[in-house]
Amino acid sequence: MEISGKTAQAGTLESGDILITITLGEEDKGIEIELESPSQAVYGQQIYNTITGTLNDLGVRTAYVKAQDRGALDCTISARVEAAALRALKK
Amino acid sequence: MVRRLRRTALYIPGNDPSMILNSGIFGADSIVLDLEDAVSINEKDSSRILVRNALQNVDFGASEVVVRINALSTPFGKQDIEAIVCPRLDAIRLPKCEYADDIMELEKILDRVEEEKGLKKGSVSIMPLIESAMGSYNAVQIAKASRRNSAVNFGGEDYTADMGAQRTREGAELLDIRMRILLAARIAGIDALDTVFGNLNDEEGLLEETKLIKQLGFDGKSIIHPRQIRLIHDVFTPSEKEINKARRIIEAIEEAEKRKSGVVALDGRMIDAPVVAKARRVLAFAEAVGLV
Repeated sequence: MEISGKTAQAGTLESGDILITITLGEEDKGIEIELESPSQAVYGQQIYNTITGTLNDLGVRTAYVKAQDRGALDCTISARVEAAALRALKK
Repeated sequence: MVRRLRRTALYIPGNDPSMILNSGIFGADSIVLDLEDAVSINEKDSSRILVRNALQNVDFGASEVVVRINALSTPFGKQDIEAIVCPRLDAIRLPKCEYADDIMELEKILDRVEEEKGLKKGSVSIMPLIESAMGSYNAVQIAKASRRNSAVNFGGEDYTADMGAQRTREGAELLDIRMRILLAARIAGIDALDTVFGNLNDEEGLLEETKLIKQLGFDGKSIIHPRQIRLIHDVFTPSEKEINKARRIIEAIEEAEKRKSGVVALDGRMIDAPVVAKARRVLAFAEAVGLV
């Protein structure tokens, strides 16, 4: 299900939110994340883990994710990743 | 049992993570996470997921947590229910209710979803939102349609649009629906909630409207901004004088009952069943806000 090559977005650049742009990969090359966050030094790894974990739960194994964080909490990050991924999968 | 207060029901847009996150700190009696009018059609999917996650992770304090879903006639309503039902969800506010069948349809879905999710049957209550001429006409049937119903409320903007009426500060155009909502709520034995007061800068207008709805018998009001909370809570909180009077009435009637007398006078005025019922309502409010 992860092979579509489609791109989709979810979220916003408002404070407390995160804008996720996801492109589903063609082959099993893993998940690549480009993170832009004001709290990268402290929470960067946690954000990576949340994004990866959410995609794994959805069965997505190959994706390029651009994450523009504006101080989102974990539950917001996973919601935006899930919404973006589902939108991409539907395309 | 201490009655549940519903003086304020604060609408929070279902697509705004920071507002959702902070919604528990304002002290509103109810928080209404809105998946309907506050969310554009293109964001219905992402808001549903966001609200679902928030219900599982955000601390909403002591507030009752309600979600306004999309109408069941839309492609979104049923998906909303599947996603949001969870232990922290107290109630669903169902918009555009026009017939008792609308409530019965939601009840049937809730019965199934609660069972699938291992929740106790009936743990999610229903708050019908009436906002049309037909809904207003059928208010009693709607309010009585399910034992899950906990509060009936109405939407002034949609209702006045449907009626061809103008929305004014004084609200004469809402007189009929307010009385119908109250009547329906009292017949069904549930709470009656008033519509929003839209002008955030008109505190005097909000105060007048809140005094009016309290006088009519409403239990609370929907609101669109946290700064409306304090004023409304103050209006609905009984004064010390009211509480003392209510206490004396209850004491007097209890004394009379001991003497096997049905009627008693207090300060020269007769006290009978309706006076006692009003006193009990005052004391129930006072107890719920921790004043007695």
